[in-house]
Amino acid sequence: MATPVLDKVEAESAASPYITVTFRVRRFNPEVSAEAVWEDFQLDIDPKERVLDGLHKIKWEVDGTLTFRRSCAHGICGSDAMRINGKNRLACKTLIKDINPEKPITVEPIKGLTVLKDLVVDMEPFFQAYRDVMPFLITKDTNEPTRERLQTAEDRERFDDTTKCILCAACTSSCPVFWNDGQYFGPAAIVNAHRFIFDSRDEAGEQRLEILNDRDGVWRCRTTFNCTDACPRGIEVTKAIQEVKRALITRRY
Amino acid sequence: MKIHKYDTVIVGAGGAGMRAAIESTKRSRTAVLTKLYPTRSHTGAAQGGMAAALANVEEDNWEWHTFDTVKGGDYLVDQDAAEILAKEAIDSVLDLEKMGLPFNRTPDGTIDQRRFGGHSRNHGEAPVRRSCYAADRTGHMILQTLYQNCVKEGVEFFNEFYVLDQLITEVDGVKTSAGVVAYELATGEIHIFQAKAVIYASGGCGKFFRVTSNAHTLTGDGQAAVYRRGLPLEDMEFFQFHPTGIWRMGILLTEGARGEGGILRNKDGERFMEKYAPVMKDLASRDVVSRSIYTEIREGRGCGPEGDHVYLDLTHLPPEQLDAKLPDITEFARTYLGIEPYTDPIPIQPTAHYAMGGIPTNVEGEVLSDNTTVVPGLYAAGEVACVSVHGANRLGTNSLLDINVFGRRAGIAAAEYSQKAEYVELPENPASLVVEQIENLRSSTGTERVATLRRELQDTMDANVMVFRTEQTIKTAVEKIAELRERYKNVAIQDKGRRFNTDLLEAVELGNLLDLAEVMAVSALARKESRGGHYREDYPNRDDVNFMRHTMAYREVGADGTDSIRLDYKPVVQTRYQPMERKY
Repeated sequence: MATPVLDKVEAESAASPYITVTFRVRRFNPEVSAEAVWEDFQLDIDPKERVLDGLHKIKWEVDGTLTFRRSCAHGICGSDAMRINGKNRLACKTLIKDINPEKPITVEPIKGLTVLKDLVVDMEPFFQAYRDVMPFLITKDTNEPTRERLQTAEDRERFDDTTKCILCAACTSSCPVFWNDGQYFGPAAIVNAHRFIFDSRDEAGEQRLEILNDRDGVWRCRTTFNCTDACPRGIEVTKAIQEVKRALITRRY
Repeated sequence: MKIHKYDTVIVGAGGAGMRAAIESTKRSRTAVLTKLYPTRSHTGAAQGGMAAALANVEEDNWEWHTFDTVKGGDYLVDQDAAEILAKEAIDSVLDLEKMGLPFNRTPDGTIDQRRFGGHSRNHGEAPVRRSCYAADRTGHMILQTLYQNCVKEGVEFFNEFYVLDQLITEVDGVKTSAGVVAYELATGEIHIFQAKAVIYASGGCGKFFRVTSNAHTLTGDGQAAVYRRGLPLEDMEFFQFHPTGIWRMGILLTEGARGEGGILRNKDGERFMEKYAPVMKDLASRDVVSRSIYTEIREGRGCGPEGDHVYLDLTHLPPEQLDAKLPDITEFARTYLGIEPYTDPIPIQPTAHYAMGGIPTNVEGEVLSDNTTVVPGLYAAGEVACVSVHGANRLGTNSLLDINVFGRRAGIAAAEYSQKAEYVELPENPASLVVEQIENLRSSTGTERVATLRRELQDTMDANVMVFRTEQTIKTAVEKIAELRERYKNVAIQDKGRRFNTDLLEAVELGNLLDLAEVMAVSALARKESRGGHYREDYPNRDDVNFMRHTMAYREVGADGTDSIRLDYKPVVQTRYQPMERKY
C-alpha cells in the first residue's frame, strides 16, 4: 500500500471553497516594450492560499512569461518582496483571504530599485548599501580565544530583533526618502549596522556609527514608520534606526 | 559566450558553498556561482540547531555523538567520516561563534544547547543536550553569518548564474574536472568557467516530492550535472521524511519543538510515540517517528475529518518559552493555519526533507568516479554530496554540522589543489550541450507543459516512494517516471526571451528532477530490505548480509543513444561499531 495521504488531500482540496480573484499585475519586459502595463488575470483559487500561489498559478497555467523571484515560499529566504495592494509584503507570507480578495489584488515590483522584468528589480544597490556598513563581527583581540566568547543572555537579547533580517528589501523600498534619493543607505543597511553596533562582542561600533553619520546616513530618516510596517519579520526597524541615532549623539551603545 | 578563468569555482552559495568560499578565497582566486542570491539559499530555512558535543550544559563527548550518528544512519554510515564529523563539530561551532553567530546563551554566557532527535548520552541511555542553537532560526543565523564573512573576505559572487553542465577532460585516461558551463539569468548569456578546481555545494533535490519542506529551487542541479557526465550517484534511495511538516503544505516545524518538550498526539490525545520508542519517545530518530505517524494514520487514529494527520502539541509549554525558543514556527502556525499554538495543537504530517544520498566523495570532499578513484579537481559538500555521514537516515542538527565541517574541508582541499595544479584543457565546443539544451527548449513546438509534468512527477513520488514502499509501488513510480521523461522531450515553454527567463529555468530544473527521481526509484527497487529512511513493507527487516553496502548508480548510454541506469555497490566503512538492532 502506498503512503496514505495524497488522495485524501486531493479530495478535500477539490471540495474546498474556491473563489474567483482578479490579480492585477504590473508587467514590464524591455525585450517587448519600453512601457510597463497592468494586466488582469482571473483565477479560481482557495483564499487560504498565498499570493505566491496565485502568481504560480498564473505562470504555470496561463502565462509562462510572468517573471518573479521566489524560493523558500514561507517567509525565510526574502526573495519575493513585492508591492501588494500598495503595501510591501512577501508574496509567500500573504494569504489571499487577508487582503480583501473581493477587489482586484494589485501586484507590483518594490519601488526605488530599477525594474528589470515584471516583478524583478535590480537588487545590487540594496546589497551595496548593506556591504557598506561593514556587516560582520570585528574584534581587536590578537589572540583568538580557544573557546567561545562569553556573552550574557541579556547582552545577546540587546540586538536580537535586528538579527532577524532576511535582506528582502521590503523596508528600504517602502521608504519615501529612499524613493527620492537612492544614495540613502536605507533602513535595511541601518538594521544590519545596528545588529553589530549593539553586539557586546563587536569592537567597531565607532567606525559603523561614523559611516552612518554621513549625509546619506541615518539622519535622512524621517521616522515615517513605513519600514516597520513593511518588515515581514516584525523587526521594529524605526526603533532600531532611532537607537543608532541616539548612539551617535551619546556615543553609548 | 564569455570565458572566465578562476583557480577555484564553487557552485552554490548556501552553507556549504559559503563555508568553502571563506577558506578557498583566502588561498586561491575563487568565484562562487549561485542561481539565487546567497542569502536566499535554503540553509536559511533550517531551524533547530547544529550538533556538537561542547558539553556546555551536561556531560557529553564526540564519541557518543559518533555512535548516535552511526546508529541514526542505521549502520550505513561510513564510520571514519562520522568520527571526523563529530570531532570537528566542536571547532566548527566555535568558529561560527567567532565569526559572529549569535547563539543562544546559558546563564554562564556559554553557547546554550538543547535536546534533539536521536542524540543521546552514553550510547542511547537518555536524550542529551547537544544541539547548539539560535532560537528556531539557527540556519538563518548560519547563512547570514557566513554571508557576512564572505563580504568580509571579499568573496567574488556571480549571482543568478545557473550552472548547467560539468566539463570533464580525460588526462592520461583519468576523468579530470575542467570547469563548468553557466547560464546568466539576467541576460540569457552562456558563460564558461574554466577552473582548476570545482566544488559542488548546490543543495538537495526535494522538489520531486509535492509535500516537502524544500524550496522551489531545490531541483538537484549539481547532482544531475555530474550524473549526466557519467559520474555515479550514491545511496539515492535514502530520502528523509521529517515528521513534522505543516499539514498539506510541508513547511518545516523544527524537531526542536519536541526538544523543548512538544508532544505528538493522535486523535484520542494519546502520546503514541511511547509505544514505538519507549526511551527516546518523541525524540526518536526521524525515520522512526515518521513511520509511527503513518502507522497511527493507517490504523485509524489520525486527526481531522479525513484522519490524515496528527497533532504537534505545544499547549503545555509556557508561552514565554515558545516566544523565546520557537518564535518562527509558532508564527508559521498562526500565518498559514490560523492556529494559536499557545492554546491549540498544530496539525502535522511527515514532509520530504533531505537527501541522504548524492555525489560520492571521500572525507576531503573529493568526488569519486567509482568506488575508489578520485576525479582530480572535482569536489562536493553539503546535501549535494554523500560522504557518507548520514547513511540511511540523517540525525537532526547533523546537516548544519555537515555543511560546516565538510564545506570547510572541501574549500581547503580544493584551493590547495588549485594552487598546485595546472589548468586542464577545455573539451572541444565546451558549451555545445548547454547551447543545444537551451535552444531546443526555446524553439520547441511541443505540447507538454512543465507544470503538468512536474505535478504528475510529484504526485507519483508522494504516492509511491515516500515513507512506505513496496516492489509494486516503486515499479509504478519507475514506469510513471519513464513516461514523464518521454513526454518531457515534447515539453514547450512560453517565454522565448533572453532576459530573466524563469520559464526556461523551470523547464531545465524539471529535467534534472526527472533524471534524479528515476535514479532514486531504481535504486530503491533494488534495495530489498528496510533501513533508515528506506522502508520496504515487503522486506520489513534490515538485511546486513546482502545490503550492508552503498548503492552506486551510473548513467549508461547505449549505442542507439538511449540511456539506462547501471547499479553497482560500494562497501561501508566500519571502524568501531558493529551493527546492532536499532531501538529508541
